Amino acid sequence: MTTETRSIAVTVNGMRHEREVEVRLTLADLLRHRLGLTGTHIGCEHGVCGACTVLCNGQSVRACLMLAVQADGKEVSTVEGLAPDAQHLHPLQQAFSSHHGLQCGFCTPGILMTLVEFLRENPAPTEAEVRVALSGNLCRCTGYQGIVAAALDAAQRMRAAGQA
Amino acid sequence: MTASVFGQPVTRREDGDLLRGKGRFVDDISLPGMLEAAFVRSPFAHATIRGIDKTAALALPGVHAVYTLQDFMPHLVTERLVVGLPSKSYKQDRNRPVLANDETVHVGEAVAIVVADNRYIAEDAAALVEVDYEALPAASDCREALAAEAPLVHRNAPHNLLAEFAMAYGDVDAAFANAPHVFRESLFQHRGGSHSIECRGAVAAHDAVEDRLTLWSSTQMPHAAQRLLCDLLGRDENRVRVVAPDLGGGFGPKLIFYPEDAAVALAALLLARPVKWIEDRREHFVATTQERDQYWEVEIAVDGDARILGIRGDLIHDHGAYTARGVNLPHNSAETVPLQYEVPNYRMNIRVALTNKVPVTPVRGAGHPQGTFVMERLLDRVARELKLDRAEVRRRNLIPAASMPYTTKLKARGGLPVVLDSGDYPACQDDALTRAGWHDFAARQQAARAAGRYLGIGLANYCKGTGRGPFESATVRVAPSGKVHVYSGAVAMGQGTRTMLAQVVAEQFGGALDNVTVTLGDSAAIAMGIGGSNSRQSVLAGSSAHLAAITVRKKVLKIAAHLLEAPEAELEFVGDSVRVRNSADRFVTLGEIARSVAGTAGYSLPPDVTPGLEASEHLVIDDMAHANGTVVAEVEVDIETGAVKILKFTGVHDCGRIINPLLVEGQILGGTAHGLGNALFEWMGYDENAQPVTTNYGEYLLMTATEMPHIDNFYRETPSPLNPLGVKGVGECGVVPVTAAIASAIEDALSPFGVIIAHAPIFPARLAAMIAQARGVKFGAAATDGAG
Amino acid sequence: MKPPLFRYHDPASVAEAVALLASTDNAKLLAGGQSLMPMLNMRLVLPDDLIDLNRIDTLAHVRENGDVLEIGAMTRQRELERSAVVRARCPLLTAAIEHVGHQQTRNRGTLGGSLCHLDPSAELVAAAMTLDAVVSVTGRGGERKIPFAQFPQSYMTPAIAPDELVIAVSLPLWGRGHGHAFLEFARRHGDFAVCAVAVMLEKNAAGAITRAAITVAGLDAAPVRVAAAERALLGQAPSEALFRAAAEHCRELDAVGDVHAPAAYRQHLAAVLAKRALAEAAARCH
Repeated sequence: MTTETRSIAVTVNGMRHEREVEVRLTLADLLRHRLGLTGTHIGCEHGVCGACTVLCNGQSVRACLMLAVQADGKEVSTVEGLAPDAQHLHPLQQAFSSHHGLQCGFCTPGILMTLVEFLRENPAPTEAEVRVALSGNLCRCTGYQGIVAAALDAAQRMRAAGQA
Repeated sequence: MTASVFGQPVTRREDGDLLRGKGRFVDDISLPGMLEAAFVRSPFAHATIRGIDKTAALALPGVHAVYTLQDFMPHLVTERLVVGLPSKSYKQDRNRPVLANDETVHVGEAVAIVVADNRYIAEDAAALVEVDYEALPAASDCREALAAEAPLVHRNAPHNLLAEFAMAYGDVDAAFANAPHVFRESLFQHRGGSHSIECRGAVAAHDAVEDRLTLWSSTQMPHAAQRLLCDLLGRDENRVRVVAPDLGGGFGPKLIFYPEDAAVALAALLLARPVKWIEDRREHFVATTQERDQYWEVEIAVDGDARILGIRGDLIHDHGAYTARGVNLPHNSAETVPLQYEVPNYRMNIRVALTNKVPVTPVRGAGHPQGTFVMERLLDRVARELKLDRAEVRRRNLIPAASMPYTTKLKARGGLPVVLDSGDYPACQDDALTRAGWHDFAARQQAARAAGRYLGIGLANYCKGTGRGPFESATVRVAPSGKVHVYSGAVAMGQGTRTMLAQVVAEQFGGALDNVTVTLGDSAAIAMGIGGSNSRQSVLAGSSAHLAAITVRKKVLKIAAHLLEAPEAELEFVGDSVRVRNSADRFVTLGEIARSVAGTAGYSLPPDVTPGLEASEHLVIDDMAHANGTVVAEVEVDIETGAVKILKFTGVHDCGRIINPLLVEGQILGGTAHGLGNALFEWMGYDENAQPVTTNYGEYLLMTATEMPHIDNFYRETPSPLNPLGVKGVGECGVVPVTAAIASAIEDALSPFGVIIAHAPIFPARLAAMIAQARGVKFGAAATDGAG
Repeated sequence: MKPPLFRYHDPASVAEAVALLASTDNAKLLAGGQSLMPMLNMRLVLPDDLIDLNRIDTLAHVRENGDVLEIGAMTRQRELERSAVVRARCPLLTAAIEHVGHQQTRNRGTLGGSLCHLDPSAELVAAAMTLDAVVSVTGRGGERKIPFAQFPQSYMTPAIAPDELVIAVSLPLWGRGHGHAFLEFARRHGDFAVCAVAVMLEKNAAGAITRAAITVAGLDAAPVRVAAAERALLGQAPSEALFRAAAEHCRELDAVGDVHAPAAYRQHLAAVLAKRALAEAAARCH
């Protein structure tokens, strides 16, 4: 069987990219290796660890479980687009640093993107709700405690700033 | 103006890039012309390789090469990775080959490397490499592997005994002969893999201009990797550089030098193109080293007051198919059993068994959790039999603070006696019991039972040697830019090592953290280095950096005094400058000071100073700094489903002086989570033919946020006298006591039924079956009952 | 773990999809991809053709149609989770979905995809079985409806032809006063169930049980309705003893063990969860 390719146009963090891609290329590999957006990480490639979580049309998805061709015409958001500029961090990012919500940082981008969607839908969550929201993301370093604290703190900061 | 940063919860310098997705992990490296590799791996636990046909794979468009060991041989000085730690106990040499040659001894062993335009094509081609295997019988269970009739792990081996040794002192048999009480336990323990969320990976590139091979590898030990590459390839040290980029977690197995590191480097040399290999998760389950099984038959002898007279027993340890590190794991386990208790007589006979499974090497905790489990299970047994409070039994046997430093009769793996340097173990336990509500638990338990709920509480003490020597390197250099540069052979896997070293060094330069840079994990940046393992980096790299910083600070002040024409005692550090106290306009920058000793041809240096503004230290500390702690777990067991819910988990940890409380808490939390996974979830299963049965994250269960309880930690700070910072390591401490405490708590919850916990991990299926049996209620269907 | 080579098709209509199925002989339908994509990445399936249903907009809908809830096959699990009409009229489905995977997988995963994948432990399969779902499929031979009891053919294999695809699922609605419960034992939140039990109950004014459905999932190749337990409940007033006795029928179901849970444990869980689910469902009846 020969390699089939397609032309796609994907908007990532507000920037439109046109690429000719193999139909079997995953969205995760498109982002990392064709667009150079290596902030989205690959941890298991079977949809469990959540490290590759990005937003597709605003909804969190496993980028290892989508084909790049399926993102044609879609808006994708990745961790690189989270901070407003080079000087400032998103409230979630700030809270992660304050609460030591990351150690090696490998799972962090997927967790941040998961929480972006979660806090948009649930701006005032309980700790238990945060834990359920995080249950699809594996972290081996932190025991999740700093992450949960960061998420709750960020929610509060975002409510206070009217960003939620 | 001078601020102290040592001991402060400063946020991490690592965070900014990682939070923005600008970390630089090995898979983020992309070089011009780079190719990608996949490995052909054995599907058999044991087989003869009769031939390898590469034809179809090589014919696939986009494939550049398929290499087997035969292809690599002309380019190798030796075909084996000589990595085993020294020990007189080995009965056979089982270093592994770069690639399997004519025999494969575990599922997942690399047989050939395929290099292609990209990973997709490399995987297509790997499936087309035709390996002619002839299956051989495999040894799976380590106990059975030692039986006379067991299948041989290596077909040419005399037997499957890799090593045998004893750890012993005193006259244990005499102690048992006269003991009022002797209790025997058969214990089984299993720990799984490391499961860093980043798998392993390597990128190799040969720079033809400089004739230098660079390997970026997700390794905890780049200097060791450089040494091995030089040995394997016959290249000079200045022609091989190994760099550890950002690591997405290490947890032990990344300290090993792997066949894939060598194969990727060779492929890059032979193809004259950069080559990348990124381990995928399925490979991680069968190719990254793991911890696994230990069978213990142990006895404890106590007097009428529950004071320990002796402990003896036998340990059989699953080593896997090759020696990828040594016999350090069972050594650690056996050393840990009596460590912080007064055990006058001790003998543990250890047999290390080869099996047709992935090689076993340390995972966070490195055998200490198992030794702790054994000791704490024995002490719970003593308490139960003598009808004493479990904490009281421990209190009677813990080494008291007044005995510190305490020279045990144990020998560390290098032969030195094990000395407990400092700590107040009984006070630590008391502290933990109070904070956890131990003393009023009985009332809570009674109330719950009246409501049909089964609560239990358990405790475990631990003591863990940290900061394994002999040294770690550190260089501190003030550059003409005015920056304070720190270089070390330490490696960061996520612990915040850069932040820690910056705090240690900045403390000597007025606390200006932003003016300190830290470079780690690069064999070209500093000549010597050992790397990240054994909770060692704060102790050893921290101490070397501290001493080097003091040396440089003294020189800075001396030169500044000369330049400012002021006494040293009146000088202070402010940002990147040294100034005369209370004289804002009398200052000199660190850059100016550095330039003054950088040398200008034909001009003299300031009087009485040597050139340059740097110092290197390799502080040698052979004795280990022993951290200790007590954890208390409170659980509820659903007696019908066997589900265990952790209601409360309290820890009191003493890891010496704390450099950064935020980071210490993070390390303890992560270790605790790992321990809870080991206690309740993680299982790297193999069937009787040594085929792995848990090779994805649906089958191998890691802790998730919903299963992880909130942890309450408290800290004591007993300085270690062994190093100038007074610190002890903390990276592994959290994991060590967890399984022991959970077992104790579950047993307590189920005490009305007399259910005994002798196996870990503790799974609900087994627990529910034991409870049903004890209660005399139905379990399975009439037709299948008893099968559980 | 990269997908193998395949030809990719993304039809915009059901007719196009049916035509593609008819013209290929080793095709896989790609719905939400939360099961198929991992299998592709692991190369456990090697289709020559991949037919992506995600562009067929007409397959995603939730409609209350009299006494029936009609759900398009490509309706995302997350939409069902949020659906007010599902929550109000078919709360068992909402309860089941809360156990399905995680927010990221539910954003993509579909009802039809889950039913066709037919994992023995899948919550949505158990719910469909309990609710007497009717599956609408279409193919070269036209459209047909399959009662859910006949939908599982064998282990992870639905009773649909290679040229057919599922287009919708109809759920007959129970009375507004019915009680429901969906309980499962999973090792971690979001994992496939080791055992799951779904219960629906209706009572009359006198408090006697007039209608009951009990499904046990996770024991064998497909979820099963426990007819003996259902019969034992009818006409009886709810009581702990009644539920305990009815639940015992679940212990006697055939079960297959695996490395995580021996058969006897699964049977034991079935009885335990059934007893608890019956009590919970009864408490919700009004």
